[in-house]
Amino acid sequence: MFITKIGLVRALTALAAVAATPAQAQTPADLKVGLSAEPTSLDPHFHNLVPNNQVTGHIFESLVEATPNFSMRPGLAESYRVINPTTWEFILRKNVKFHDGSSFDANDVIFSLCRIPKVANSPSPFTLYTKAIQEIETPDAYTLIIKTKAPYPLLPQELSVVNIISDGLIGGEKVKFNHDGCKINAAWPTTADFTNGKNAIGTGPYKYAEFVKGDRIVFKRNEAYWGDKPQWETVLMRPISSPGPRVAALISGDVDFIENPPIQDVQRLSNDSKFKISGGVSARVIYVMPDQRSDAVPPEVKGTNGKNPFRDVRVRKALAIAIDRQAIVERVIGGFAKPANQLLDKAFFGANLDIPKIAFDPEGAKKLLAEAGYPNGFEMTLATPNDRYVNDAQIAQAVAQMWSRIGIKTQVNAMTSSVFFSKRAKHEFGIWLAGWLAGTGEMSSPLRSLVATPNSDKGWGASNFAGFSDPELDALIDQAMNTVDDGKRKVLLADASKKSMDLMAVIPLHSETTPWAMKKGLDYKPRADQSTNAFDVKRSTK
Amino acid sequence: MLAYALRRIIPSFVTLLVMAMLVFIGVFAIGDPIEILVDPSADEAIREGVRQSLGLDLPLYQQFYIFLQHAAVGDFGNSFVHGSPAMQLILQRLPATLELAITAITVAILVGIPLGMLAGMQSDSATGRLIMSGSILGFSLPTFWVGMMLILLFAVILGWLPAGGRGDTTSVLGVPVSFLSVEGLRHILLPAFTLALYKMALVIRLARAGTREVMQQDYIKFARAKGLSSARIIFLHVLKNIMIPIVTVIGLEFGSLIAFAVVTETVFAWPGMGKLLIESMLKLDRPVIVAYLLFTVCLFITINLLVDLIYSLLDPRVRLGGNQ
Repeated sequence: MFITKIGLVRALTALAAVAATPAQAQTPADLKVGLSAEPTSLDPHFHNLVPNNQVTGHIFESLVEATPNFSMRPGLAESYRVINPTTWEFILRKNVKFHDGSSFDANDVIFSLCRIPKVANSPSPFTLYTKAIQEIETPDAYTLIIKTKAPYPLLPQELSVVNIISDGLIGGEKVKFNHDGCKINAAWPTTADFTNGKNAIGTGPYKYAEFVKGDRIVFKRNEAYWGDKPQWETVLMRPISSPGPRVAALISGDVDFIENPPIQDVQRLSNDSKFKISGGVSARVIYVMPDQRSDAVPPEVKGTNGKNPFRDVRVRKALAIAIDRQAIVERVIGGFAKPANQLLDKAFFGANLDIPKIAFDPEGAKKLLAEAGYPNGFEMTLATPNDRYVNDAQIAQAVAQMWSRIGIKTQVNAMTSSVFFSKRAKHEFGIWLAGWLAGTGEMSSPLRSLVATPNSDKGWGASNFAGFSDPELDALIDQAMNTVDDGKRKVLLADASKKSMDLMAVIPLHSETTPWAMKKGLDYKPRADQSTNAFDVKRSTK
Repeated sequence: MLAYALRRIIPSFVTLLVMAMLVFIGVFAIGDPIEILVDPSADEAIREGVRQSLGLDLPLYQQFYIFLQHAAVGDFGNSFVHGSPAMQLILQRLPATLELAITAITVAILVGIPLGMLAGMQSDSATGRLIMSGSILGFSLPTFWVGMMLILLFAVILGWLPAGGRGDTTSVLGVPVSFLSVEGLRHILLPAFTLALYKMALVIRLARAGTREVMQQDYIKFARAKGLSSARIIFLHVLKNIMIPIVTVIGLEFGSLIAFAVVTETVFAWPGMGKLLIESMLKLDRPVIVAYLLFTVCLFITINLLVDLIYSLLDPRVRLGGNQ
């Protein structure tokens, strides 16, 4: 039923192009945004997920801020520096006020870091970003000395996701940081009180005004904001989860700006003189991962004489070069992606600039297969979600056809993401397509989670369901993760990236490009973390 | 009458229990919520922590037992993703859905019955045929398509009505409603009409068939012979006699309107319960799914009971309880 919608959406936009109604004149002080997913809560420490973080990011801020292209710049901290590999100093801004008028200082930061592990029933905890912190000292109210157990270069990146709430919620009580759980006299603020607006008091450019679940979120500009004030006095965000109606809402003038317009409509909207598209490469790579856990035949693989073909690097390389990435990007995703040659686009920190692109070479692939002992190929099933990434199931279809052409008869098994991710975790797939968004914006993210040998102490290999393991690569990643110096770490990560591609641990397909659609007269700098920030939407004459 | 109601309600508890059990097993079979919820870069310790805090580390039968214990005192658990009580989430969305469903069913009745009766009385005329062909369209056009077309026409091309959402609401006794303001009416018009279309066609068909049958009856001929005005014949004798099947069907359909207006709510971004259900299913948010379906079962039970009561008012021959 929902598939036929795509055709309709096309008709919709086509007709809209000829429709002669001028968009209703808006009060220029307002911005109306159509979101593709609604935040589940306004508690900035409850659910670590893009739709939540992007909305709470209007009200709350963090010590460090990620720029649109994922480099780090000071936020609530006016500066920060490394004292020694395990000690960081953050100097806080002194002129910052919370929305309730109280002043921001180090105690607010400690209180926020303390609260994160105390949030009840968090479905996706932020402890991921705070667990490295061992000790915090405050020589004065605007200086924080943060100590980690081991060198931890990602501290600024991770703190950029940790929003700061006001200690006014516990009556300004002095809080002492304790790695194993802080103790305070007051009760920890509840998630419900954030969602109903009572505790939604941050330092950010926007103040909470209204949140009607399923219908709207309204923000009012924070006139006392310490930084550059946004252009919009009021921001209204409406969750419109179906792509067709979201585009219709833009065309009819209900909203001014939407995220994730369906790829099918992007072309038409950009040809329409009343609208424009802003898109940029994101930190999300789409990849294929083959099961390499043991020599036993992986699930749903046949005709390999009882062996696991994916353990042979020649087979993995054959799979990689049999894919015509350019064709997939152009024909399946309408140009809204960049062919990938590693696990993070070269625009980002730690990517290797010297790796050549993966050439499309079906003949070479056949030769590699023959060398590996599979001159006649084999059979397998490529599993994929069908509602998680841009045109995911269609991409899998295309990849399967390209593999069938080199003799590996490939079926596609597409399913909804809730089923897909559960089955993947139970190792029910032999080979699968998925995506990875580098949450910290640097190469260490995909390397640590996708190709490093699974190790729960280090938090490595959390999504390495393929069981790929290479001691040399692990050593390189380890070295990078112990190098606080950005310049040196960048080189180490680039080396590790090259190593992972030499071994073809994971087969990269493309980096997604994230589009936003808006009325003419607006401008938005595409964000690599795929989030939609109303305060970054600007008026423009173009 | 009380005894009758009780006799109807007690077996419903069995239905509720079975329903809850099915949802538990169903969600368990689909997948593990942890894989959907937790950030993929989180390590095993964090995943395990979430599993425990949501109670998903226990065996399924224990989870079900704990659920029953809490449900017995009216606590259906907290939503995994929203962190607030599941029933509260549903009840917050109820007014929007209820308003949409009531508007739709009212439109269906107000348009459907007169048209159906007209078609029944003049079944061979051009008007009668036109109404009947129109009702076929109402049956056969898929809701989401009609919705998209209405958005295209009235929002995108003509720009008369908004493309979706609920707009500003007015508060009546603490319940937000749309129908009291022009802005609200503008928002509800398209989704309500979309939802009403199929029901309208259904009512037209039932009313027509009923009217044709009743018009042949002796008591209508007698009433005519007695010289009653045709208005009195139609509005009293015919209308009352065709209502029983219509009430039955409307009752059932009203339940399904409330419970499963999912597609329309999604197309029009209407902040109702249907949208909540779909989103909860995609996230395997079991407490909300269970609470929602239990709520739906209760709704159907109540509506069926009300339908039976209305029967007895419409037709004195119907005796509740049946053994008098």
